[in-house]
This record gives sequence, structure tokens and C-alpha cells, in this order.
Amino acid sequence: MFNSKDILETIKMIQEENLDIRTITMGISLLDCIDSDIDKSCGKVYEKMMRVAQNHVKTGEEIEKRYGIPIINKRLSVTPISMLAAAAKGDPVKFALTLQRVAEGTGVNYIGGYSALVQKGFAAGDRELINSIPEALARTSNVCSSVNVGSTRAGINMDAVALMGRVIKQAAEMTKDNSCFGAAKIVVFCNAVEDNPFMAGAFHGVGEADCVLNVGVSGPGVVRSALSKMPDADIGEIAEQIKKTAFKITRMGQLVGTQASKILGIPFGIVDLSLAPTPAVGDSVAHILEEIGLESCGAHGTTAALALLNDAVKKGGVMASSNVGGLSGAFIPVSEDAGMIDAVNRGSLSIEKLEAMTAVCSVGLDMIAVPGDTSADTISAIIADEAAIGMVNSKTTAVRVIPAIGMKEGETVEFGGLFGSAPIMSLSKFSSSKFISRGGRIPAPLQSLKN
Amino acid sequence: MRAVVAVIGKDTVGILAKVSAICAQCNANVMDVTQTVMQDFFAMTMLIDITSCNVDYTVLSDRLKAAGDEMALQIHVMHEDIFNSMHNI
Repeated sequence: MFNSKDILETIKMIQEENLDIRTITMGISLLDCIDSDIDKSCGKVYEKMMRVAQNHVKTGEEIEKRYGIPIINKRLSVTPISMLAAAAKGDPVKFALTLQRVAEGTGVNYIGGYSALVQKGFAAGDRELINSIPEALARTSNVCSSVNVGSTRAGINMDAVALMGRVIKQAAEMTKDNSCFGAAKIVVFCNAVEDNPFMAGAFHGVGEADCVLNVGVSGPGVVRSALSKMPDADIGEIAEQIKKTAFKITRMGQLVGTQASKILGIPFGIVDLSLAPTPAVGDSVAHILEEIGLESCGAHGTTAALALLNDAVKKGGVMASSNVGGLSGAFIPVSEDAGMIDAVNRGSLSIEKLEAMTAVCSVGLDMIAVPGDTSADTISAIIADEAAIGMVNSKTTAVRVIPAIGMKEGETVEFGGLFGSAPIMSLSKFSSSKFISRGGRIPAPLQSLKN
Repeated sequence: MRAVVAVIGKDTVGILAKVSAICAQCNANVMDVTQTVMQDFFAMTMLIDITSCNVDYTVLSDRLKAAGDEMALQIHVMHEDIFNSMHNI
């Protein structure tokens, strides 16, 4: 018989501390859907995705019932669409509309993979796809896009960085009646991972199997609650407690992943051990940092506390799962984290501090609203800074900023639901235009020469 | 297949009787019961074997939850694997 303390602990984690499986994401390769006729290619995409993913949502719901654990999102990720666009001449938006039809047909929350990988240069189809992103995101509601502009191996493609600043601005403008939400569905990566189950940056890498299931766990509330019981512990004990908690959370992700892949008859990919916050009270990464001992997230010491948290989460999770992958670490989105929103509003968290935090967290500048009159070049420069941090530190970094068209610093953009609300943050008033307009490529750093 | 039924709430007369009656109706065998009452707070965990259950797992789970609502108790039914994987290496 189980220890009733363990049983009650699990129930408390789920009921009171917002423990959940954040997402089960099915990655589907579309390489066999390439065709020189774009309409034929879209037809193949629709047919394949509907066939392999038809039971995805139902399976997720079955598992939720069986284990009594909520699975918040059921998602799909696909091969970067630029590869299909390369062969099929025509408007790539047709692929986005096809993905939207699949989302509606299967009932999944999001489909990621309207993507291009251009870290070293543009191949056929890449520019067309990137230029079509604003329209594609304005005309669909459940499709997400990502572009990889740099890597430790390749350096940073500054032409792509410049282009992405304009694309993000345009995506916000085209969706200005809808909280500029288009920009919230684009992520610009450096060192993008191929098995990420989280949106908006999920895509199914070309090195992956035909169809795999990846799981993203969550649980900032559980970690915070565990730490709140040890007010006088030293930092080593704090790290130890985070590890133990991360272990339990990850075990649950591993169980759900293996069960879902068994029911669906597809291989299990990875568990992404992430602490992904939501705007719900008590589900905040910022509150964990504050529990460790900071008056408000963003205070001096925040980067060190986050580094400790991120590392302990990985150490705890890695033994709990047969395959760990994805982004694995702590996310620090602003709009999706009640503690981060409060920290920005009370003036303790600035974009400069967030940038420093991205050097030690799992991803990067995420869900940050910036003034609507921010120039495309400034957005590109933010992307370049983030990509540089990722490139030099051999880690994934990303930028998901939302230029809030028609709004100024100090106002708040409301997205609703899991996306929360974002206070508009102030940026440097000085121009980066000359730097961005130079174009070209930042050469790969010395760290790339590992062979 | 075995499941854990956890009942949490204010202590009243007949909780165990009602929960085990539903299990019996569905032909789920009660294998073990642990209960604690601290002041008015009642926490019971029950391990049931649902291999020869005559209704679907979700039906049993819904019935127990509905009975919990009637008695103003929280009743959770969860597959045993979740506890095996979270609390054992």
C-alpha cells in the first residue's frame, strides 16, 4: 500500500499548487509531403496530419482522467515549412491555412513549425516563408512560427536578424485590433532545439523520426511551496529541495509520455523539464526567486538565484526521465507570470536585468511588450543581443517581443488566458540602426571549434 | 489494474460505507484502507482493484466524484502508477 502522506502530497500538488503537464506535443515529419505543386503539397500535409494526429486530443483526455492529472495543451509540431515552400513555388500562406484547418479538425491548441532555419544563410523558400509570416499569423489563430537566426556552430545571420525586426513589427501591426497577438506567435531563436514541445517555438527537426511524442512538464507552484517550508535553510539545502521536487514532477511527465505514446502507437521522444509559469496565482517562477530570498524579482541577486534554480531543475529531472531534451530549465516569460508582471509594475525588473537572466535560464526574452513606436531596427538589435548570449554560451536563446501598436511605456497589453497581460517595458532611446543595416554574418565564435 | 481513491473533507457519518458501496456496485475490490481523522478533518486513502470492474474506469471515477459532491467531500480517483512513479525510484 502507498504511504497516504505521498498520496495526499500528490493531490495537494495538483489541486493547490497548479501541478500539471503543460503539453503533450506530437512532432510530425512533413518531408514526405513535399511536392512541386503547392496545392498538392497542402493536400498531402492535411491528409497526413489528420491521419496521424486524429486521436491525439482524445488520448490526452483519456490520460487526464486515468491519472487525475491535467494536461493543459495538446499540440502538434511539424517540419519547418520553409522546406516544403522551397519545392512548391507559390504563396507559403497556403501552408499556414492548411495547418489551421488541421488544428480545427484535430482540436489541438496550437501547431508549431511555420518556421525557417537560416542561421548561416537563406536557402530556397526561406525568404519567401519569413516574409509571409505576418500575413500567415494574422490569417490563422492556432499556427505558430519560429526562425532560427544563429547558432554556436554557424554564428549569427545578421541579414536574418534585420529581417526579423521588420517581420515582428509588421505582424504586430497586422493584428493591432487583437492585442498585436501576431507578434506573440513568433519566436526568433539562436541554437533552436529540434524536439521542443513548447510554443511558440516548437518545430519538428529534420533529424527526428517520422512521428514522435514529446512532453513538457510544469510546476513552479510546487517548487515555491516546497521552498516556503524551509525559511532558514542554506542555499545548498534549497538546491537539494528543488532537485527532489523536479524529480517528482518529471516522473509524472515521463509516465504521461510513455502512456500516451503507447496508446497512440508512436515512439516517445523526450521530456522537457521546464518550469513554465502561468498567470494563475501561485504558478510563478518570479515567486520562487522571491521565496529564495529576494524582495522582488529583478533585485540584485536575481541572476544568481535563477542560475541555481535552473541548474537544480535539470539535475533533479535528468534522473527521472529516460530521455530529457527540449529546452529544459526555467522559463521567464513576463506576461505569463504574475510575479514577473508585478515586478515590472513595481519597477524592480527591467529589460536589461531580463537580458542578464536569459544567460542562465532555459530560453530568453519571452512575452515582453515594448512601446508601439519601437523601430524595427531596435527589435533587431534586441534579437542580436540575445542571439549573441546564446551563441557564446552554447545555449538556446530566444526573443518573443510584442510591439504594442498605439501604446506607450507604462500601459498594459491584455492577451487573456494563459498568455496573461504584459506591462509595456522601456527600451534604450538610442539608435542601433547603423549596426543592423550593415548586414552580413557574425562569424562563429571560438567555442564552435570543438572538433 | 489498481487505483487509489482519496477522500478529503469534513468528517461525517457513513463516508466509508458510501464509498465502498459504490466500489461494490461496480465490482471493484477494496484491497486496503487507511484513514486519519484530525479534529474534524477526514482523510482516507483506499486502494481498489479494478481489473474485474463492471463499468468503465471513468464511470467509476465520475460516480465517486458525484458521491463526494453530495457529501461535500473531495474524492479523487487516480491510477496507482502515478504514485509509483512519483514516489518510488
